[in-house]
Amino acid sequence: MGAWETLLGQPGLILADGGMGTVLMGLGLQSGGSPELWNVEHPDQVGQVHRGYLQAGSRIILTNTFGCNRLRLGLHHLQDRVVEFSRAGAQLVRKEVEAAGGHAVVAGDIGPSGGILAPLGELEPAQAVDAFAEQAGGLIEGGVDVIWIETLSSLEEMRAAVDGARRASKDIPIVATMTFDTRGRTMMGVTPEQAVRELSTWGLAAIGANCGNGPDEIVDVVQKMRAAAPPEATLVAKANAGVPTLEEGRAVYRAGPEEMAAYAIAVSRAGARIIGACCGSTPRHLEAMAGALKGKLIG
Amino acid sequence: MSDELDLTKLETPELIDQMKDDLYDGLADHVVAGVNELLRRKMTPHDVLTKALVAGMDAVGVDFRDGVLFVPEVLMAAKSMKAGMEILRPKLAESGAPQIGTMLVGTVKGDIHDIGKNLVAMMMEGAGFKVVNLGINIDADAFVAAVREHKPAILGLSALLTTTMPYMGIVIKTLADAGLRKDLIVLVGGAPLNAAFAEEIEADAYCRDAAIAVETAKKLISIRRS
Repeated sequence: MGAWETLLGQPGLILADGGMGTVLMGLGLQSGGSPELWNVEHPDQVGQVHRGYLQAGSRIILTNTFGCNRLRLGLHHLQDRVVEFSRAGAQLVRKEVEAAGGHAVVAGDIGPSGGILAPLGELEPAQAVDAFAEQAGGLIEGGVDVIWIETLSSLEEMRAAVDGARRASKDIPIVATMTFDTRGRTMMGVTPEQAVRELSTWGLAAIGANCGNGPDEIVDVVQKMRAAAPPEATLVAKANAGVPTLEEGRAVYRAGPEEMAAYAIAVSRAGARIIGACCGSTPRHLEAMAGALKGKLIG
Repeated sequence: MSDELDLTKLETPELIDQMKDDLYDGLADHVVAGVNELLRRKMTPHDVLTKALVAGMDAVGVDFRDGVLFVPEVLMAAKSMKAGMEILRPKLAESGAPQIGTMLVGTVKGDIHDIGKNLVAMMMEGAGFKVVNLGINIDADAFVAAVREHKPAILGLSALLTTTMPYMGIVIKTLADAGLRKDLIVLVGGAPLNAAFAEEIEADAYCRDAAIAVETAKKLISIRRS
């Protein structure tokens, strides 16, 4: 049995991790810079973020590879380093997980391609599948336990990402979450119900929602997903710590640890089993969430 | 249904209404057929543009703003608009019809986000503007050079990151220092922005989405021209 199945096989809620990019910015990542480059240039800082979440009690740690596909890395002229950064990202998490006792699952993070798929946009689906397969291949080489696709807004692109991951491995578990940030739908107009009806037929390990406009929005989305999902489907929620506002030129996420703790309870009641956070959250937020869910979490 | 519709049998006002529906539904072939039919009836290219295409895109813009339509529908409508424009553009140039105006758009330095800005570009083209899309990660000097070259009525600045949005202020200041700010309407947009920020950096307006960008652009241009 793989690490993912072992984790899910225990009764209880599962704490995932929180934001990466926004934490790295606090550590000196320049805006517009490639966070993935840090997997090889500043591995200590990336490792420090993973360690913070492990100490907070996170049992699923995502690799720092959100934009690690050749289309997005191409914007930084780093398109030929997809596999290198993906592998390094996976190894970094693995090292921290081992050091912390080996109880957490290493999740290979895959974000959107950055393009819009044809015929609506210019990106050919086959090209997207190739890009996702390359990234998933690097992550699997680096030893991830599960592929974690997140922040997608179109089901067509989700299909391409899942197909890419499946090309890289026939049997690795795949988690897929979308972002419902536009009047209760994704930017591309997908409702939570549509997402769940479609994704629950794809043989995925878990499905859900991440990012967006803060905790309240995602609680609503998870409620709708739960109502439309098969009872056995595992749902994931990873909310942003609110919407950022600008104060003296710095991004400030308004939801503090207490608010995220309340969100953790609310979203568990709404039907999410895997609960974490996204942009603007820190290990402090996750600690508060772990505290709020005490007794309900897998130990 | 509309596949069987013979456009040549419709009275001109009905044909125009049909074209607006086709545009709304993103049926590029039908829009092209309608444009050709109106031209055959000796309607001026400028009237075809404003009465059929721009009016049709207005309806799309309103429903996008109100959450009835989402990005895919808008993209399909904008593509249909573009297909119609391909036919009209050379004829408009020949006839010397007045241009609504040129818009320059770009995502500012340090920011590589593309989608929102491209949506604005398509919607502005849909509204009949000539759009020059500078792309992503554009520094102030490149904006200044492009304003000198293209002499746009409007400059659209985009940023999706809280860390790159202050650079919009630098672009505006650099334009002012170069003596180019006064005649230009500067619109700013991007997820983390708001109206207060636009005021702080002395932009002319903050636009929440692409539909509002089109509305604001038209409004500010007509104020300026009157």
